[in-house]
This record gives sequence, C-alpha cells and structure tokens, in this order.
Amino acid sequence: MLPRFWRKIKQRYNLIATKCENCGTYYYPPRNLCPKCRRKSKMVEVRLSGKGEVLSYSVVHDVPENMKEQKPYVVALIKLDEGPVITSQLVCEPREVRRGMKVKAAFRRCGEEGEAGIIYYCTKFIPE
Amino acid sequence: MRKVAVIGVGQSKFGELWDASFRDIVLSAGIEAIEDAGLEGREIEALYIGNMSGGRFLAQEHIAALIADYSGLAELHIPCTRVEGADASGGMALRQAYLAVASGLHDIVIAAGAEKVTDVGDKAMEILSSGVDREWEVFNGATLASLFAMMARLHMDEYGTRAEDLAMVSVKNHRNAVKNPKAQFRREISIDIALNSPYVAEPLRMFDCAPVSDGAAAVILASEEVARKYTDTPVFIEASSQASDYIALHSRRDITTMDAVVFAAREAYKKAGIEPDDIDVAEVHDSFTIAEIIAYEDLGFAEKGKGAELIREGVTELDGDIPVNPSGGLKACGHAAGATGVRQAVEIVLQLRGDAGERQVDAERGLTLNIGGTGATAVVTIFTR
Repeated sequence: MLPRFWRKIKQRYNLIATKCENCGTYYYPPRNLCPKCRRKSKMVEVRLSGKGEVLSYSVVHDVPENMKEQKPYVVALIKLDEGPVITSQLVCEPREVRRGMKVKAAFRRCGEEGEAGIIYYCTKFIPE
Repeated sequence: MRKVAVIGVGQSKFGELWDASFRDIVLSAGIEAIEDAGLEGREIEALYIGNMSGGRFLAQEHIAALIADYSGLAELHIPCTRVEGADASGGMALRQAYLAVASGLHDIVIAAGAEKVTDVGDKAMEILSSGVDREWEVFNGATLASLFAMMARLHMDEYGTRAEDLAMVSVKNHRNAVKNPKAQFRREISIDIALNSPYVAEPLRMFDCAPVSDGAAAVILASEEVARKYTDTPVFIEASSQASDYIALHSRRDITTMDAVVFAAREAYKKAGIEPDDIDVAEVHDSFTIAEIIAYEDLGFAEKGKGAELIREGVTELDGDIPVNPSGGLKACGHAAGATGVRQAVEIVLQLRGDAGERQVDAERGLTLNIGGTGATAVVTIFTR
C-alpha cells in the first residue's frame, strides 16, 4: 500500500493533474494516456485551483478499521472547476453537506497504520 | 460459432458456512451439477472457475488446479483456469466456458464460481473493496457502500427515486428467498424494518446492502449435439456479452448509469435478435438495492430515471411481467463474490426448465447480469429453453 501511495505524493499533496494538450481535457487522478486521444495524447502536468462543488456525497457510518476515529465522516464526489470529478473526504459536519456546495482543497491528516504506525496525509476538501 | 447448451447445474447453500471449507463448498456444487447432467465425470474437457480473492480470503492462489484436484479431476489432467474480475468473476468464468464450447475447442466444459469469505471475519468488507480503485477511491475515504450511496443520492435527486423504493427491492428479494432452500436469509422483512435499520452509508441502510457470503455454484456446458445425448430439456445460451468501463466511479460519463451494463446488454440483445421486452425473468446484481433499480434502466426494462416505477408497480415481483431476482438475489440469497455470476445462471436454468419449486415463474427466456465493483465490468448472459 505504501510505496504506490508515495509514488504519487506530489500529485496528491499539490493536486497536480494532467491535461491533454491535444483535446484540452484535464485528468485527476493524473493519467499517462488520454482515453479520448490515446496515441495522440499530449499530457502535461497542471496544478489545479483546488476549487469545486459537491456532485454527490454520503455520510459513512460503517467505516474501515483505520478510519474508526473519524466515524461518521463525509465522502463526496467533487466536480473540480477544471472539469475532473474526484472522490474525497469532506471535512464538515454531516448535517452541513449538500449537493452543489462550494468546496476547496485542504492538506489534512488522512489516517495511520495503527498507533505506532506511519501517518498518512492527503488532500481533503472543506466548505469554501 | 456453435450453439451451446447448459446440461447440468448445482449450487451449495449460501451463507456463513462455518463448518464447510472452500474445498467442501465447491465440491458440493460441482457434484450436484455433474449428477444433474448425468455425467460420470471423465467426460469433462476443461474447467473455468470464477474466484475473486482466494489470495486474500484464504491465502491460497492456484485455485483452479486445487479445485480440479479436490473434485477428483486431477488424473484427467484437463486445463483448469481461474478467472478474476472482482464480483463479476463468476459471470466471466461462465463466458470463458461458453467461448470454449462455442468455438469448437471443447464439447463439455464446467464453469464454476466459488468464494469463502467468512474465515477472515471483519476483514471481508475491506477485501471486497479491492474491486474498486484502491489508490484514488478507497484511500480517499470511499467504501464500496458509500460509492453506491453516492449513485443512490444522485438518482434520488435527479429522478425522484425514494428510500421507500430501495426498501421495496430488499423486501421483494427477501420474500423470494423464503422460497429458495439454498438462500442465506429466508425470512420476510417489512418496509418499516428496512427503513429503520441502521445507516451503512447514507442514504443506504443495512437492508440496502447484500451480505458477504460463502458459497459456490457450477454449470455444465455442452455443444448442442452432445447436449441432446444427455438431456431432453437443454437450456441454450443465446448470447454472452461482456463490457468494461473506468474502474473508478468518479471517472464515468454518468454516475447513475453503468455504461458497461448498457454496452453488454445492447450487444447481447443484438446477438440474440431480441428486445428487452422479450426477457421473461432476470437475475441481476443487487449488491446494493440501488444497483437493482439502475439495472432495470441499463438493461432497458425501464427508461432512464424510471427504474423505481417497476418496483412500485410490482412489475419485477414473482407474479409480475418481468420477475427479477426470483432466487432472492444477492441481497437475500447471498453474495459470495466470485460465485455470484454462476449462481445467477443456475437460478435462470432452473426457472427455464421448470425446476424452481415454489418460486417457479412462467418463462421461456431469461437473463443474468453480473457486475464487478461499481460496474467497471459487466457480463450479460441470455438463456432460452
């Protein structure tokens, strides 16, 4: 789990997407190939604004073992201003969240591997 | 391509089978299928088995050879192949077996599906979430239930689907399972019980979610000519179609449509030369109740956004126009990951032969829909008697 997470740490912490210069589409998570252009893909890294709105969400009650302390938490599909939709935790009161809500990215602690384990950080979203 | 028939079916009981090992449950399904077909065993030329995660549920890989061994087939030295596509593994194994017979390579092939999930206790849900994107969905806080919950939320907002509609799917499937001796949950529930059960991931509650089950199923396929030697009531596979989509829900064209299902279904109907209206009975992948409502739409049983009308109007009940999940579905018959796609085929074959007992419906043509994860793989199979 750890190495593959660290390989994309720059893109995770800084919300770095890829943009296909052939068709203009932004991708986050970043991709090496544009699914629309394939062999004609021309991918470049682009930093996203971190702003978007809630497309859908769920308040999660049955949570994985490593997220027990956060229960219940909000997970959302967030449509970023540049176009891509991403899955992320939303740091807010469960009763606050609604569709269409404006949100922005924030650097947050994500979880840990047990009490003495490594702490993960990631990008979450907060109400704007 | 040759015509392919199902000449035998079998399945284990589904549920928390504490006293049975992985080998035991596969064997019980396999023997039932071989006996149902009237085979001796050595006629089988190849085996395909769907299994999602033997590696993580049992710390056992090399599942296909293991199963052939404990099924008494080791000395036949036949080719045995495991097929994996999360909880679509069973449907994919069935399709590989179908292709092996249709192509003329083999005359008699067994397709099985099996999963033993209860040995890992609480870890089962975490392992099942390996069917979605671990790096960009699960790591960011999504659970399998929460992804379906986000589909449900959008479907409710955009099309007026209600929590009561989802509950009705669960109530129907539990009611059907009462009549299925192999089902995990054989008790009726009420809409009130479903709507008052605890939230798993809002808006989905406990009774919107299929259980994690142990179970196995097997079907034996043969070419038409060979099938006639073994049975007077062969059930034919008219079409077998498989399609894929983006692994993560957030990358898809539309959150409330499974394009893999739309594509697989469209191709299957075309191959069979039929329309959705020609389907008399279906087993669909209700890993969550919303998935059954969306399946009604993606399979063309209802227009986009109008899936809930079918459950409200009783169309998919046992006595309705298109009974869906007469077995009890994944919700009440049980969801044994890699076994599910084959278990669905067993039910449709029993229905088309008239061997479905108390839950028998009147049908000449049936369909199964098996999906992996949130729909990155879909397998649609059409059967006719």
